[in-house]
Amino acid sequence: MKTFGGPVLFLDRDDINTDEIIPARYLTEITKEDLKPYILEDLKLPGFDPKGETTKAARVIVTRANFGCGSSREHAPWVFEVNGITAVIAESFARIFRQNMFNCGMTAIELKKDVIDALFSYQDCPDTCITLDLVGQTLTVQGGGREESFAFEIAPFDKALVLAGGWVDYADKKY
Amino acid sequence: MGKTTAEKIFASHLVDEPFPGAKVLRLDVVMCHEITTPIAIADLVARGKDRVFDPTKIKAVIDHVTPSKDSKTATQAKILRDWARRQGVRDFFDVGANGVCHALFPEKGFIRPGYTIIMGDSHTCTHGAFGAFAAGVGTTDLEVGILKGVCAFREPKTIRINLNGTLPRGVYAKDVILYVIGQLGVNGATDRVLEFRGPVVDAMSMESRMTLTNMAIEAGGTSGICMPDQVTVDYLWPFIKDQFASKEAAVAEFRSWWSDDDASYDKVYDFDLSELEPLVTFGYKPDQVKTVTEMAGTPVDQVYLGSCTNGRLEDLRVAASMLKGRTLAPTVRGILSPATPKVFQDALKEGLIDVFMEAGFCVTNPTCGACLGMSTGVLAEGEVCAATTNRNFQGRMGKGGMVHLLSPASSIAAAIEGKIADPRKYLPE
Repeated sequence: MKTFGGPVLFLDRDDINTDEIIPARYLTEITKEDLKPYILEDLKLPGFDPKGETTKAARVIVTRANFGCGSSREHAPWVFEVNGITAVIAESFARIFRQNMFNCGMTAIELKKDVIDALFSYQDCPDTCITLDLVGQTLTVQGGGREESFAFEIAPFDKALVLAGGWVDYADKKY
Repeated sequence: MGKTTAEKIFASHLVDEPFPGAKVLRLDVVMCHEITTPIAIADLVARGKDRVFDPTKIKAVIDHVTPSKDSKTATQAKILRDWARRQGVRDFFDVGANGVCHALFPEKGFIRPGYTIIMGDSHTCTHGAFGAFAAGVGTTDLEVGILKGVCAFREPKTIRINLNGTLPRGVYAKDVILYVIGQLGVNGATDRVLEFRGPVVDAMSMESRMTLTNMAIEAGGTSGICMPDQVTVDYLWPFIKDQFASKEAAVAEFRSWWSDDDASYDKVYDFDLSELEPLVTFGYKPDQVKTVTEMAGTPVDQVYLGSCTNGRLEDLRVAASMLKGRTLAPTVRGILSPATPKVFQDALKEGLIDVFMEAGFCVTNPTCGACLGMSTGVLAEGEVCAATTNRNFQGRMGKGGMVHLLSPASSIAAAIEGKIADPRKYLPE
């Protein structure tokens, strides 16, 4: 199983699409590792630098509604994976992106808007970290001398995929 | 309680329900293209499982960048080509026979009502126009589909969209789906199937129905679905005539896939389209829609007619009827990409290609190409394209470029004037 948790990258906008996460011009790469330099290259947000230190250090993304909409490209979860980001926390996800995350043994956690707002209150603390307890289904955010914990839901099937290391391993044993 | 079409397809294809709500379905068709399949192939090889569940149920095409533009895309094409040969995938479409997957595969007769279909491509929802459940998936789902012939879904609820009235002159399926997306929003149908019903759909050709279902994903929908009827049977007849005594028999059998009258829906929308106007997107999300009247005068640098949304013969016919005897505005580049070789050839025979070329259009081979900014019409920073495609995301057709989505008719009005314009004034009487 992958490990989850660490420094956070906050992306404060709804409807961030997979073209912004990894532009189509890089879909000609045929290994996941080759995608690494192009993470979030076309995402334009105030104060966001795709090549900046916050992006490089991040292990968790916190964002808003309908994250990962658009193209089905699994290159989007892959570009996160090869950059060390294995968990995305959002108000909601587009279906294909969410499934791709779990299929890769990564996590896509949905939380209500008020909890997402609470997480965003840590956005300006440079030391913000989130730890995820998948078994206890709790996440803890720390930053700026504060700490809070929140429960989260994860569908049993999605959890089974994470524990199995992804859908290929799960399906290969079972079907 | 009756069932929706999607519920009937799920019930008839259910292999396993490992946890409540997680349904593993048997797949009738697994479609592959050269962008999302090679990494699945490489992983299967690395696992020592380089095989396919059933080569007759796998359909493969090189369509996103073709003919290959550089060494990397040539390598992707070669990986898919070599694999198709190695695995005995006979329905593989290479340079010369290839076209945009969601236009080519229906044209080849690969889809039937009641089918389950996946592809590593978000616009796979197109094939629901035949009364099928068709969903875009990522490479891992595709890989398991190739190996095991199954795919897992949270069973989607169905949103019923009743399209009432009759479409006014100059208004087409593209305008209808832009309107629907504008009403639902870009995540209004997440984990939902969009079922298109009503007299407007009944009157549509299969081409128009595919334009509708193609963009279900732009509202977040898992699949678009239309009820299979006489129009569906007429389209499929060359491929099914040996299986049915008559067209009436086929219509009757396909009727069993219709949603029951007492089926339960997540939501029902009633839209009267009798006053609908030609529409166009204005921002970077497909639910940002205005009328062409409101947007009239917005300058464009390029007009692109093609894609899995609007690159079919019907689209070219409407466009050519408006363009005949006219030319491109001097500030505009026009690019036509017929979606399949058959569309291209039929357009040639009908003299449509002459009309486009005499007007100043560049005609490319069938390819996804510029729609996602990969080849044959990529925009420069700051450029604007009026496109019959399906996504207007920032930079979609090229970094720093902007896309306005519209119908083929509206694209021709933009081509003639060099700016967004009302198509109705150029329609022949």
